[in-house]
Amino acid sequence: MCLGIPGKVVEVNRSESWAVVESFGVRKKVDIALIDEDLVPGDYLMVHAGYAIGKIDLEDAQISLELWEEILHAE
Amino acid sequence: MLNKLRDPELGKRILAKLVPLAQEVAGHLGRPAIFMEVCGTHTMAIARSGLRSLLAGSLELRSGPGCPVCVTSQGDIDRVIALAAARHDLVIGTFGDMMRVPGTNSSLEQERARGARVEIFYSPAEAVTFAAGHPQDEVVFLGVGFETTAPAVALSVAAASSRGLENYAVLSFHKTVPLVLENLLSDPELKIDGLLLPGHVCTVTGRRAFDFVATKYNVPAVVAGFEPVDLMKAVYLLLKQVAGGRAETVNGYPRLVREEGNNKAKEIMREYFEPVNVQWRGFGEVPQSGLALRDSFSFYDAAVRFPVDVAESPPPRGCACGDVLKGKIVSSDCPLFARKCTPLQPVGPCMVSTEGACAAYYQYEWPKAEV
Amino acid sequence: MAEEKDRDIVLLSHGDGGLLTHQLLRDFFLRYFKNDLLDSLTDAAVFSSEPGRMAISTDAFVVDPVFFPGGDIGKLAVCGTINDLAVSGAQPLYLTASFIIEEGFSFADLEKIIASMARTCRDAGVQIIAGDTKVVGRGQADKVYITTTGVGYLLPGANLGYQRLEPGDKVLVNGCLGNHGLSILLQREALGLDSQVVSDCAPLSIIITEMLKRFKGIKLMRDLTRGGLATNAKEIAMSAGVDFWLDEAALPVEDNVKGITELLGLDPLYLANEGKFLVVVAAGEADELLRYLRQDLSAEYACRIGDIQAGKGNVYLRTALGGARQLNMMAGAPLPRIC
Repeated sequence: MCLGIPGKVVEVNRSESWAVVESFGVRKKVDIALIDEDLVPGDYLMVHAGYAIGKIDLEDAQISLELWEEILHAE
Repeated sequence: MLNKLRDPELGKRILAKLVPLAQEVAGHLGRPAIFMEVCGTHTMAIARSGLRSLLAGSLELRSGPGCPVCVTSQGDIDRVIALAAARHDLVIGTFGDMMRVPGTNSSLEQERARGARVEIFYSPAEAVTFAAGHPQDEVVFLGVGFETTAPAVALSVAAASSRGLENYAVLSFHKTVPLVLENLLSDPELKIDGLLLPGHVCTVTGRRAFDFVATKYNVPAVVAGFEPVDLMKAVYLLLKQVAGGRAETVNGYPRLVREEGNNKAKEIMREYFEPVNVQWRGFGEVPQSGLALRDSFSFYDAAVRFPVDVAESPPPRGCACGDVLKGKIVSSDCPLFARKCTPLQPVGPCMVSTEGACAAYYQYEWPKAEV
Repeated sequence: MAEEKDRDIVLLSHGDGGLLTHQLLRDFFLRYFKNDLLDSLTDAAVFSSEPGRMAISTDAFVVDPVFFPGGDIGKLAVCGTINDLAVSGAQPLYLTASFIIEEGFSFADLEKIIASMARTCRDAGVQIIAGDTKVVGRGQADKVYITTTGVGYLLPGANLGYQRLEPGDKVLVNGCLGNHGLSILLQREALGLDSQVVSDCAPLSIIITEMLKRFKGIKLMRDLTRGGLATNAKEIAMSAGVDFWLDEAALPVEDNVKGITELLGLDPLYLANEGKFLVVVAAGEADELLRYLRQDLSAEYACRIGDIQAGKGNVYLRTALGGARQLNMMAGAPLPRIC
């Protein structure tokens, strides 16, 4: 289950526990109480039902794509 | 870069590798491999991308107990409908998903037409904001969902408490995934060759929480993301395991899922909820797999503040949602499917929720051979 | 407006047929809708007609909220009815309009609605020639409801019908899908999105009339209101006994509509439009029709989205990945979901 929407952080307010994220050109204020890691604009979050549930590791996303390129070029 | 994960060209190239591998595995097994996803959003993503049609004949994808609306028991559904019917002074807050789910005699949508007050919220935080803005109303938020959603609902209780709101309560139908998978995997009738694990549940629980799938039950498992490329990658990694005769719980969604998961979310869930025995549709009672608000938060517990006495009723006659959720049959095998049970007149919950196995099947894949 | 005085809101007496009713007619309806047929204030508007076939259509409008980005209930009530006539191959001429107004509704808002109707009528070249107003008690209606009925002449050359559809015909739409439905949904639910979606509500009669005069290969048109593209295509497919094959990659959807629908778990193909039509055209005229549409500012995002094939009433969508899935009729209004 669980519709998750990735969004790019554009503004962070730790003391009030929210961040504004942009997904597909739409901005939304989300609760970041569940995120322990440091957040700065430019980071990516996965958002579910108005709450960020995890920080997206872009490096891993990159590696994953490169892995595919390797698999696709092998054989 | 995240856009690249949706690139249809990349998807087509991956598919060109995936199909031969699936055929090879089918050759070894003497039948197409059967993989099960246990996540409604996977069900939807597979249906919307047309992946099932692209793999037809070489791989079978089934839907397990991954839609929280579908696995909610008939008794629980009846309970909230009874509450809405009996207490027009309450505002029942719910995710849109629950609105049309049929109880034994009614639904929230029908009760609203009869005068019940039902509000749809996208986030539990909005339900709290609503309660703050309507001090004369008593808001009962319907907590449905797995580990992904439960922390958000816990935080809504925290917010209500810190804002001193006395008119907000939660009716928790929350459930946890690992224990129902134990129940599923220990069913001797179950024949599946691999599990696609729910990426956003695992974001909270961590990959390690699902190690038992491989170690205890010897079933290959891959944590899967939701973009078409993620899904194909997870299927590919499962096929590789089956081909190599291995069973491991692999993280196929490392950009979001960590070994230990989201500790903060797990802490908050533990602080507000305690495990209880709970009824699952199709599975019966699964010990300790439900989440009830702890006694210290009973003030915010709608089950305590507004108790309703409803007996656990059997699922509707002829409804095979239970067998569908256990992967024993596909939706079109159910005798009611597309005849007595359609999205407009759903009999069972798998047809109601857009992410329900039957609704997704009806909406996106049926009828190929029919008509 | 600091405080609402009695004379700033509609009273039950404005509907009793007495002096206040006359004031309401004179100060609002007659002033904005001014034309000779209406001004006669007789029990029925009488007009002469030319020989030929006529079309008539009626629709009730109860949209909540009454004002939304891109339009209001008045504009919608005019567009809805004339668009129904236009896609049927008729050139709309006259409308009637009946108002049911909730006691206490503000005259300022009523005036805005009526002015908007008058403007839309002017743009579309139609006149409102008869009308009625009733006022009901508070809570017996929600603000204002409008019913419009429209009549028009069938264009002599227009020959539209399910029976004309045949394999190979092309399917076009005149622009981006889903705006109206999403715009209304965002107004109704407080979802905390800082993005405005503008309704596509617009009269289509002028462009359609021109199209029908130029392109004899046009076989069927449908305005894509409730149920969106998917439901309407399915209805046509079933009535005509053919299959639609649509291309996911070719469907025009604005980026912010795409984003918000994804966020809310909705499908833009099931959201209502109020200024969009689907047209089935003979293959030989498809390219030219597309060029014609795109040079019109209101249809610059027109697209060819698929074709007709022999079949049994199904609508298939070729996915971006090369798979296929079916589109069925909408089951219940779209609701935001989290699962």
